[in-house]
Amino acid sequence: MLAQIARRLIIAVPTLLAIIAAAFFLMHSAEGGPFDRERQLQPEIEQRLKAEYNLDLPVHEQLILYLGRLAVGDLGPSMTYKDKDVLDIVVEGFPTSLILGVSSIALAIVIGGGLGVAAALRQNKPQDYIVMAIALIGVCLPPLVMGPVFKLVFGEQLDLLPSIGLARDQFSVPHLVLPVLTLALPQIAIVSRLMRASMLEAMRSNAIRTARAKGMPEASVIWRHALPVAALPVVSYLGPALAGVVTGSFVIETVFQLPGIGRQFVIGALSRDYTLVMGVVILYSALIIFMNMMVDVLYGVFDPRARAA
Amino acid sequence: MTDVILPEAAPPASASPLKGRSLWDDAWRRLKRNPAAMISLYTVGVLVILAILGPMLWVHPVDKIFRDEVGIGPTLANVHWLGTDMEGRDMVARLLFGLRISLLVGIAATSVALTIGVVWGAVAGFIGGAVDVVMMRIVDVLYAIPFIFLVIVLMTVVRTEDPVSNLLLIFMAIGAVEWLTMARIVRGQTIALRRREFVEAARASGARPLEIVFRHIVPNVLGPVVVFATLNVPVIILAESFLSFLGLGVQEPLTSLGRLISQGAENMLDAPWLLIAPAILMLITLLALNFLGDGLRDALDPKER
Repeated sequence: MLAQIARRLIIAVPTLLAIIAAAFFLMHSAEGGPFDRERQLQPEIEQRLKAEYNLDLPVHEQLILYLGRLAVGDLGPSMTYKDKDVLDIVVEGFPTSLILGVSSIALAIVIGGGLGVAAALRQNKPQDYIVMAIALIGVCLPPLVMGPVFKLVFGEQLDLLPSIGLARDQFSVPHLVLPVLTLALPQIAIVSRLMRASMLEAMRSNAIRTARAKGMPEASVIWRHALPVAALPVVSYLGPALAGVVTGSFVIETVFQLPGIGRQFVIGALSRDYTLVMGVVILYSALIIFMNMMVDVLYGVFDPRARAA
Repeated sequence: MTDVILPEAAPPASASPLKGRSLWDDAWRRLKRNPAAMISLYTVGVLVILAILGPMLWVHPVDKIFRDEVGIGPTLANVHWLGTDMEGRDMVARLLFGLRISLLVGIAATSVALTIGVVWGAVAGFIGGAVDVVMMRIVDVLYAIPFIFLVIVLMTVVRTEDPVSNLLLIFMAIGAVEWLTMARIVRGQTIALRRREFVEAARASGARPLEIVFRHIVPNVLGPVVVFATLNVPVIILAESFLSFLGLGVQEPLTSLGRLISQGAENMLDAPWLLIAPAILMLITLLALNFLGDGLRDALDPKER
């Protein structure tokens, strides 16, 4: 298992470095700088500002400086929030984004997995068709569409749940219901389809027939033999699920005005806050690459056949 | 699904007596038996026609500003069936135009992805050996990268004033991201086909490798490619919407469904119709494309059921 982690790291680290370099050079090939949109600055002041952010050095030196600081966890100063570092913004937003992300992925696995198993055990019966119809429609309900709609319907018109605002470091379950639900919806749909397909396959396998033949009760056949095998594709979907939830969180945090990283990112993208955008991109890329790596390793743990590969 | 091939009732007199039934004929037959897929097919057809002709035929031009009717709700007066937006532009005209741009982005970016993916996958699969290993290794590595972030960085940086070149950039950026899955599918299919008799026959008759790949192998992998392409269009429409939400998508005077939704979301308390109408149109579009893609998958590859 250690060898496998090592092998994964050999790929993951250069990948991450490549992302950082690509993002960095892209940022610096931009024509407009972050100080352009304010009124014309005096040349000497602009020079001072640029020196402050090291923008006057050659690009490759800037990259090396940036990487050096990154190694000690310094993401540089934000260009729009003059008194804050990117790291501060990320650390402030992280708890909210984490709760949002973890609870929607958990919700997706529990509900999606449950629906998928239920559908597979009643294949081609009405329950199956209902679940599959829900799944097909759910895929088409992205946070971008459902976020504002849920907010309008449940938050404003029916006034059932609070739809905006949540102070930093303050967590109230009612505030999180709509955002988490919106974020989880497409993931529930995808997980349930995956789970149904792999459960169907597992239930047809010889191992299940053997288990039944030796007189095992059907419940333990499902729980002990079918489910662990069938859960594998769902495990390997965790990486893409995280990516989906992260992009969704940009939208959801903005729509529901939650103080997470995503909302800051959107503000940063709109105001061309290079360091902020880069910092968040690097953080989330690293997170997703790490997640993919963990999933591969976990896969090896659950499925001995995958270890050799 | 029952796929008993029934004997044809008397073939049309004009048809040649030896006319075979291609894979596509069979698929079409199966597709026609799937009501959800057929409804989706018609819906997609209507949407495409609306997108192409709608902006030209609708009574109000998309950029006309009604100064006296800013942000009014749906009304029959002066044919503002879905009201006007906060700048006084007719909402139906905006929707039709946004639909056009969204579909255009979806189809164009899918074509980019398709071209790269099919060529990459077919070449890797056909040549095999070390070339295949290297090419697919590259795909594996790229797979691990959350590309939407790089697209965001790209769009943050390159913000041209010209909306058309901005649109082209979106095609390229999204298309260049989505080709990976396509390459994998095509490679798998190509490897399966490489040893088949008809490829052997082509080689024996002196066809050059490139000719074999593009004349004999690519046409035979088209089934999965078509399915993937259909399912990819909604994915790309969503990706564009996401960029638009971040203010990095299409720019004024152009608009897209995603942009209309995010503009609607900004004003949803005062003018909920500005959110509801594009949201519904977006849902119809996504649903129709997804159901059609699913139906095509079942029709082209009945084993999957």
